[in-house]
Amino acid sequence: MQTTTAPTQNISRRRRASYVPHYIALLVTGTLFLAPVAYMVAASLAPASKTLAGFEVFDVSQWGLHNYSGVSSSLSSDSTGHLWQFFAVSFTVTVAVVGLGLIVNSMAAYALSRLQWRGQKIILLSILMLLIVPFEAVAVPMFYLYNDARNTLWIQIVPFVGNALAIFLFYSFFSGIPRSIDEAALMDGAGPWKIFWRIIAPMSKPAYASVAILTFLTQWGSFLWPVLMISDPNLRPLPLQISVFAGQLPPAWGQVMAFGVLLVIPVIVVFLIFQRWFIEGVASSAVKG
Amino acid sequence: MATPAVLLLILFVAVPFVAAIGFSLYNVRLGDPRSPNFMGLEQYARILTDPDISAQFLSALLHNLIFAAVVVPVQTALALGLALLVKKSIPGVGIFRSLYFLPVVFPIALVAIIWRLILARGDQGLLNSALAFFSGGAFGAQDWLGSETTALASVIVLSIWQGCGFQMVILLAALQQVPGELYEAAELDRAGPWQRFLHVTLPGIKTTLVFVALYTMILSLRVFDQIYVLAKSGGGLNEGATRTVMYEAVTAAFDQNNIGRASAISVVFFVIVVILSLIQRRATRTQEG
Repeated sequence: MQTTTAPTQNISRRRRASYVPHYIALLVTGTLFLAPVAYMVAASLAPASKTLAGFEVFDVSQWGLHNYSGVSSSLSSDSTGHLWQFFAVSFTVTVAVVGLGLIVNSMAAYALSRLQWRGQKIILLSILMLLIVPFEAVAVPMFYLYNDARNTLWIQIVPFVGNALAIFLFYSFFSGIPRSIDEAALMDGAGPWKIFWRIIAPMSKPAYASVAILTFLTQWGSFLWPVLMISDPNLRPLPLQISVFAGQLPPAWGQVMAFGVLLVIPVIVVFLIFQRWFIEGVASSAVKG
Repeated sequence: MATPAVLLLILFVAVPFVAAIGFSLYNVRLGDPRSPNFMGLEQYARILTDPDISAQFLSALLHNLIFAAVVVPVQTALALGLALLVKKSIPGVGIFRSLYFLPVVFPIALVAIIWRLILARGDQGLLNSALAFFSGGAFGAQDWLGSETTALASVIVLSIWQGCGFQMVILLAALQQVPGELYEAAELDRAGPWQRFLHVTLPGIKTTLVFVALYTMILSLRVFDQIYVLAKSGGGLNEGATRTVMYEAVTAAFDQNNIGRASAISVVFFVIVVILSLIQRRATRTQEG
């Protein structure tokens, strides 16, 4: 026994020593990635005069919440829009797009992967082709075609419910579920709707979670479409509003950073709770895409 | 069951897409009482060859290409480095994994505003004070976003900071699928870490690397939010040195009400994206088959 422990101890000591450069690399890169976030938080807490005063933003002794009360009083009239309202708009739009999208796209994917109907192959092929069309390519004609719906809530929601990538991800997942399961349910006299809602959908929680997360991220940060379609301060989503707020003269940078913190907290909370799905969703969308 | 999704995709992807091609052949304007004239390919000729008009569009295209030429190799290499760093299961590595991914959940409009403050041009801007501090005052304050030489580089840096974690997650998923036996075999053959990386890791993730590189290239073409925020919301960005194709399309449509030209720009943009997407599919498919 004596003879075998010595080399293993040696190895583990060597292993541990080899972690040191590894940790140094992690710490250096980690600091670079964290610095802008830390700066935003510090600048939101520092006195307004210190936002652009180099490292003084990190002087904890002067920190306070005045920028947060400042931003809520700056944004509290109908002409500027209300702080709570921007959150309400972003929240409504995001929840609606995610919720409706999950239902509509998973239904389509199920019909495409399981049911026999006329035109199925053509539709599937067309959806695969639509995967290539980025939203940016159709933003300008949409701006023209749907201009009458400017400054409405629904124009921020409806265009994003049907989503080729979501259909594709659901389709890939459903294709991996053995058909014997459907066939057994068919034998028991269940119709396609029942099979889908009672059996397939509950089995596909990972796919739903991944698509929900990806859609949530895209919608919460959506900027191009609101720029084109929303000028009414009472209907602006958060990313558009923060850019308007940052463009005011003179800019109240401390308040802008406080707004930034408030805007990003919901995403970070969701991210921390569903971290695994985030990462799996991103990875799966890429590997299959 | 597929009807709602198919209808939505027709209304909000297929129709606008066909409309883009249609609009680009006419001089369409919003709210124009006169009916639009047919111009044939005149819009395309203007943005690509007209001595007065094309310069701006071609410079925008060039900015996208420079962006891609820098971001694709740098971000892919950095993402691979980070993925290798967090692949090792050592204590605390999960924290760093989350840390690198954290900026991905930040809306890019907010990222632009945070960096606008970090890069502030006065000697009190965070980056300028840091550089002055570390160089002992030898390094003077730079106007990072305003100067023609550094404006695009600044946008590239903030874009990499935001997007790198996304690529890292994809590459990490690929790294974890490289069979461990291959590494063991390489160790038995006395291969050093560098040789293992060259002969085991790289071949094992080649397909994913190609995918990530081309995906990043397509993303580089779609850049819009950060340019718009920094140019229009008090960011002091040098517009001439950073305008991108999408920025051109939006300003043509929105500021100049020139839907025809904006549509032609969208179509050219789309053609480039399609070419890249087809290359991507071919490249990632041939290796699977």
